[in-house]
Amino acid sequence: MTDSSIIVGFIPLLDCAPLVVAAEKGFAAEAAIDLTLVRETSWANIRDRIVVGHFDAAHMLGPMAVAATLGIGHLKVPMIAPYSLGLGGNAITVSTAVWEQMLSFGASVGAHPRQQGAALLQVVRARAQSNKSPLTFAMVYPFSCHNYELRYWLSAAGIHPDLDVRLIVLPPPLLVDALREGQIDGFCVGEPWNSMAVAVEVGCIVAPTTAIWRLSPEKVLGLRLAWAQRHPERLAALLRALYRASQWCEQAANHAELSRLLAQPQYVGAPASILLRGLSNQLSLTPGSEPVLIPNFYAAARQAATFPWTSHALWFYSQMVRWRQTDYSHEHLPAVRATYRPDLYRLALAPLAVDLPAKDSKVEGAPNGSPTIASPSGALEYGPDGFFDERIFDPDDVATYVASQEVVSA
Amino acid sequence: MPDEKSPAETLLRILIVDQNVLRASILEDGLREAGYRKVTVLRDMQNLMRRIVDNDPDVIFIDLENPNRDVLEQMFQVSRCVQRPIAMFVDRSDADMIAAAVDAGVGAYVVDGLRKERVKSVLDTAVSRFNAFNKLREELDRAKAALEERKVVERAKGILMKERGLTEDAAYTLLRKAAMNESRRISEVAQSVVTAARLLK
Repeated sequence: MTDSSIIVGFIPLLDCAPLVVAAEKGFAAEAAIDLTLVRETSWANIRDRIVVGHFDAAHMLGPMAVAATLGIGHLKVPMIAPYSLGLGGNAITVSTAVWEQMLSFGASVGAHPRQQGAALLQVVRARAQSNKSPLTFAMVYPFSCHNYELRYWLSAAGIHPDLDVRLIVLPPPLLVDALREGQIDGFCVGEPWNSMAVAVEVGCIVAPTTAIWRLSPEKVLGLRLAWAQRHPERLAALLRALYRASQWCEQAANHAELSRLLAQPQYVGAPASILLRGLSNQLSLTPGSEPVLIPNFYAAARQAATFPWTSHALWFYSQMVRWRQTDYSHEHLPAVRATYRPDLYRLALAPLAVDLPAKDSKVEGAPNGSPTIASPSGALEYGPDGFFDERIFDPDDVATYVASQEVVSA
Repeated sequence: MPDEKSPAETLLRILIVDQNVLRASILEDGLREAGYRKVTVLRDMQNLMRRIVDNDPDVIFIDLENPNRDVLEQMFQVSRCVQRPIAMFVDRSDADMIAAAVDAGVGAYVVDGLRKERVKSVLDTAVSRFNAFNKLREELDRAKAALEERKVVERAKGILMKERGLTEDAAYTLLRKAAMNESRRISEVAQSVVTAARLLK
C-alpha cells in the first residue's frame, strides 16, 4: 500500500462506468493515483468492507451513505459522499404477463407514469377481487433510490407498497431469471438489467425512473469520513480523475468503446449491445420493439450530474421517514446534510477551473424553475426537473414535506 | 471445549447459509465439535424466508460471496417475516468482532438481546473455521497451480526431446539453463516453448 493507492469496491451496474473509465483510460494515472477496483456481489458487502477498511471508497447507493451516517439499519459510521456517479439510469420493469393486463387497463408503451400507475392499480384490484396473491416487486436494497422511486410511483398511483403488493430484495443479476420463473412480477433496478429483461423477452419497461423524477439522483462515491480526513489530497486527486472520467463517459463518441469496456467479465459482464442502450439513452421498451430515445435517461456528467447536492441527501432522508426506516427528528438534519460534501467537490475541482453550481442545494423537482443555475462563468445548464406528480421538495423545509407524504391503499 | 459451555449455550439454534458444500461442512463440523448441537445448513437458496422462519435460528452465518446476503438482511428489517428481531452482527459497538468476521469472509446475524459472551464464542468458532477453509483453499489453489506448472514442463520437455532429439534429462537441463540465464521461472520458459511450438505448427 503506497500513499497513492485507493481501493474502490463496486457492484456490476452501468453506473460504475466513471470508476472503470478512471482506471482503464488513464485518468487515475494522470492524477497520480494507483486505483484498484474490486467487484462485489452484494450491497451488504460494500457496506461492511468499507466499514472495516478493506475498501477506501465505494460505488455506493446514495441512501446507503446517509443510513450509515445516521446508524440506521446497521453500524453508525460517519460516511461521506463527495461525488455523484451520475443521474438516472434506473427503470421499472414488469413481466410480460402483467404488462398484457396493464395494456387492457389503459397502459401504453412509453406513456406517462400516471397512466401506467392507474393501469397497475386496476391489475392490483382485479387480483384482490379474485383472491389471487398480491403482485411481488423486487428492488436491490432497502436503502436505495430504486426502493424509494418504486414506492413513490406505486403510492402516487394509490397502491400501498407494503399492503397492496409485496416488495422484496433481490440482487440485480438474479432479477431477470426471477421474472422469467414467475417468482416476481416486476422490479426497479439500474441498467443493464431492465434492457436485459426486454432483450430476453421476459419483461417490459413500464417507466424509466427519470419519467418519475427527471433529475433523480443515483450512486455516489462513498467513503468513511475518517479516511477522507486522513487523506485529503488523495481524495481530491481521485475526484479530479473521476470528473474527467465522467466527462469522457458523457461523450456520445465514446459510448461504443465504453460499452465494450464495461462488458468485460471483471466489470459488468453483460453484452455490450445491451449496455449501449442505457449509455445512449436509446431503450427498447418491449420485446422486439425498436429502441426509442428516452431523453435524459442516464446522465454521466451533463446537467451537473456529478455534483453532490445536499438536497439529494435530504430527500433520501424524507423517504426513510416515509417508509418507517427511521422516525423523523429535526436533530438528524445536520448529519444528513453533512453526509453529502459539495465543499470537498469544489475544493478538489478548483484547479480544473470548471463550471460549478453556485449553491450546494436546490429545490428538487421544480419544473418551472430556471433550467440553469448560477455558476462562476454565468450559467450552468441542469434542467428541466420535475416529479411526475408535480410535487416539489424544498430542502429548507423537510418537516413540512415529510408531514405531507400520505400513503393510501388500493 | 464442549464441557465449558452451559446447556443453554449448546442449544443455540445456528443456521449456516452457504452454497459452498465444503466450507459449510467445515463450519458445521467445527460448531458441533465445539459442543453446539442444533446446527442446520442451508445450501439451497429457494424459499429462504420460509426455511428461516421454520428454523427460527438464534444465530445465522452467511458467506460473503453469497449475493443473497442482501435478501437475508431485508428479511430481518421487515420484522413480520421473522418471529424475533435479528440484529446485524454481534453488538453494534464491537468493531473488532465485525472486522474479524469480514476478514474471514463470513457475515453473522444474531437475535437481538442474546448475551454477548454466548455469541462471542460461537462467532469465534465460525471465524476460525472460515479461516481454516481459506487456508485450505489457498493450499488447493497452490497445489493446482503446481500441478499445472508440472504439466507444462512435461509438455515442453516432450517438444524438446522430439524436435532436438534430446534425452529427458538433457531436455530438462536445457529448460533449467534457459530459465537461469533469463532469470525466469522454469515453468515460464516451458510455457514459452509450448506456445512457440504451437505457433510454428
